[in-house]
Amino acid sequence: MIATVSEREPARSRGILASLSGATGPLIGLILLCVFLSLATDTFLSVRNALNILDQITVLGIMAVGMSFVILIGGIDLSVGSVLALSMMVMGWLANVMGLPLPISILLALVASGLCGMVSGMLITGFRVPPFIATLAMMSVARGLANMITDGQQIVGFPDWFMMLAIDRHFGVLTATVALMLVVTAAAWAFLRYRSGGRMLYAVGGNPEVARLAGINVNYVTIGVYVLAAILAGLAGIVLAARLDSVQPSSGLGYELDTIAAVVIGGTSLSGGAGGIGGTLIGVLIIGVLRNGLNLLNVSPFLQQVIIGVVIALAVAAETLRRR
Amino acid sequence: MSEPILSLRGISKSYGPLQVLRNVDLDIHAGEVVALLGENGAGKSTLSGIIAGSRPPSEGSMTWMGRPYAPASPREAIDKGVVLIHQELKLLPELTIAENVFIGRWPMKGGRVDRAAMVERAQEQLARLNLRLPATRKVQGLSTAQQQLVEIAKALALDAKLLILDEPTAALGGAETEALFEQVRKLRAEGVGIIYISHRMEEIRQITDRIVVLRDGEHVADFADSATPVRTVVESMVGRSLERMFPPVPTPKARTVLEVRGLTGANGAFRDANFSVAEGEILGIAGLVGAGRTELVRAIAGADPVSAGTIWLDGRELALRSPADAIAEGIVMVPEDRKLQGLVVEHGIGENIVYANLDKVSRGGWISKSAVRAFADGAIARFGVKGQAGQPGSSLSGGNQQKVVIAKWLARGPRVVILDEPTRGIDVGARSGIYDIIAGLAREGVAVIVVSSDLEEVLGVSNRIVVLAQGRQAGILNRAEANDVSVMELATI
Repeated sequence: MIATVSEREPARSRGILASLSGATGPLIGLILLCVFLSLATDTFLSVRNALNILDQITVLGIMAVGMSFVILIGGIDLSVGSVLALSMMVMGWLANVMGLPLPISILLALVASGLCGMVSGMLITGFRVPPFIATLAMMSVARGLANMITDGQQIVGFPDWFMMLAIDRHFGVLTATVALMLVVTAAAWAFLRYRSGGRMLYAVGGNPEVARLAGINVNYVTIGVYVLAAILAGLAGIVLAARLDSVQPSSGLGYELDTIAAVVIGGTSLSGGAGGIGGTLIGVLIIGVLRNGLNLLNVSPFLQQVIIGVVIALAVAAETLRRR
Repeated sequence: MSEPILSLRGISKSYGPLQVLRNVDLDIHAGEVVALLGENGAGKSTLSGIIAGSRPPSEGSMTWMGRPYAPASPREAIDKGVVLIHQELKLLPELTIAENVFIGRWPMKGGRVDRAAMVERAQEQLARLNLRLPATRKVQGLSTAQQQLVEIAKALALDAKLLILDEPTAALGGAETEALFEQVRKLRAEGVGIIYISHRMEEIRQITDRIVVLRDGEHVADFADSATPVRTVVESMVGRSLERMFPPVPTPKARTVLEVRGLTGANGAFRDANFSVAEGEILGIAGLVGAGRTELVRAIAGADPVSAGTIWLDGRELALRSPADAIAEGIVMVPEDRKLQGLVVEHGIGENIVYANLDKVSRGGWISKSAVRAFADGAIARFGVKGQAGQPGSSLSGGNQQKVVIAKWLARGPRVVILDEPTRGIDVGARSGIYDIIAGLAREGVAVIVVSSDLEEVLGVSNRIVVLAQGRQAGILNRAEANDVSVMELATI
């Protein structure tokens, strides 16, 4: 009956349509951050630095798209950092040790990543293992496999065109990797907004039992989302390999936490069913701009960690207060 | 009469510009059961919340046992002996009954929780309520009725002098309700004051001494005699004279639409169910809580597995493995629990309607925003939902929420519609709207199944009634032979 109290309040739209505009708080934060850094440094506000930031956030941006889907259905994926490393190692090993062409190696690396997601998804749906535990297990397994491939050694030296994907600025603006991130983000945005599959994610995250009784195959949706998140983590690994021109099994340690942070800062609810890609993009930008700006300000990396932690806490607290 | 234990004078409560309670005066005496009635939104919950200390009044004063009373928290109210038992039970399933009963105020000895004393004292309270359960048992797996009684035991352990029961029988069947009433009468005899919130007039007549009616936040009527005619009471609740409650029951056609043969649930909740539903027929399913009604209809809707038996639609045997399969065959269900199974309450009404109709508003998987909008608006208008597509489900009253749940299915042109407890928690004024929808469906030739714990409701809307008793099908009654006695006889076999 508390509900009927608010019944007479003006209708406030909190549906899917509003999910993108729902990230106004983080957006304002991002703008304030940019204004502050523009005033505090003379190097921040430049096209060159903006493009730098975009380059720096490609890996995080691609992973955050997958994580947004996972969190949207009320799950969590701790394995993305490890899957990223596994993808890199599979690609590097197939290309440089087994001598397969690089494009085929990349494809197989993505398949391997997708399999990791499928195993997590099946554990979660078939055996009712909580997502936290299933992906924690996968985090360990994938990291172990990544190390086993070369016994912990890195692999260096890929064809020049591969490295150029992350360096060569087409039309003087976009590298292929940045373009890839933008395409992935735009596709995910359109999927959530305009595909019935996207709507299903909101229904499953909002309340899986309601979704099931409404005729949505919740298990299928769930497995699909974890597979997608893993493939995107694998893809982020390929991008990272291009940026570094090398692969090593210790890559991506702790990335899962950055990714979750970006999604949560972007206003997607950890309890599922609310949020969107627009918010996630803003969350990714906040982390990227913050890192970039703190570097320009010569803040020590240790203090940066503290500041980013504070920002995560503030962003979520502000969002919770606003919704109340 | 003696001095009241609780007196409210001029209690008002506003949330911003919205006034929920206006100048309410109320006295409760020791050993008195007072019914608090009113439609949803009339202010019952707000008023009981104020009495129980979960929110302060904006204006007015209260007196408790002759002293000024202004509890700042539920804890303070509980310390003084005022306990509210919520409609939604608030027990911790993984803890034992004893731990739940003494949560937050464990008996201590030498700085440690005295577990032996806790169990012993909890057991005493259970015995007082005739609840034959070991206090060391976990709450998980107890029936709703038992949990309700554990809540009451908790209140008793707190030495409650005033109990507020918010729809205590919403989830209880006949026998359990009777058991609860027995305890309520016992408490009354011990001098406990009780405020009893319910929508069920029959219960109110049975158990309460006095009826207080709230309407739009005002105390509009006080009937000293609980035998006041139902119509009079309901009319004072809704503030207008009441037309008929149930629409005339349409005449079914001869053709059978749905048939179940020997249907048995995989978890054993029901066994060997055999019945059919004709085109345009409304089949009621009655029985006590735990008789397997919900499980039976969930199986027909593909939501739960069966271990034996068959389901036939239009003479064709179906193999249902999921709700999606049943929906594809035109069998849809309005589930028992609106908030947990029917709606994603945080999401918009339009979204909720569309979740069950994604195929209708998309082409090749691409959703058209204008189609979504038109579809939702159409359904909202057709079923008279008071709300807009963008409004979250949680902002609607129970009756309107239920209309949204129904609306999301009916746009599909279903063959069979199953409604499980269609009016639970919905106030009297809004119920007839739901009954009209049910009768309208039947007139359109849909085979309708209505499950309800409210006997009056089953009798009022059904052409025939299947009665279940402990998972068995005890019998089928025609409208002519069905009445509360004949149904209860079968239900309690």
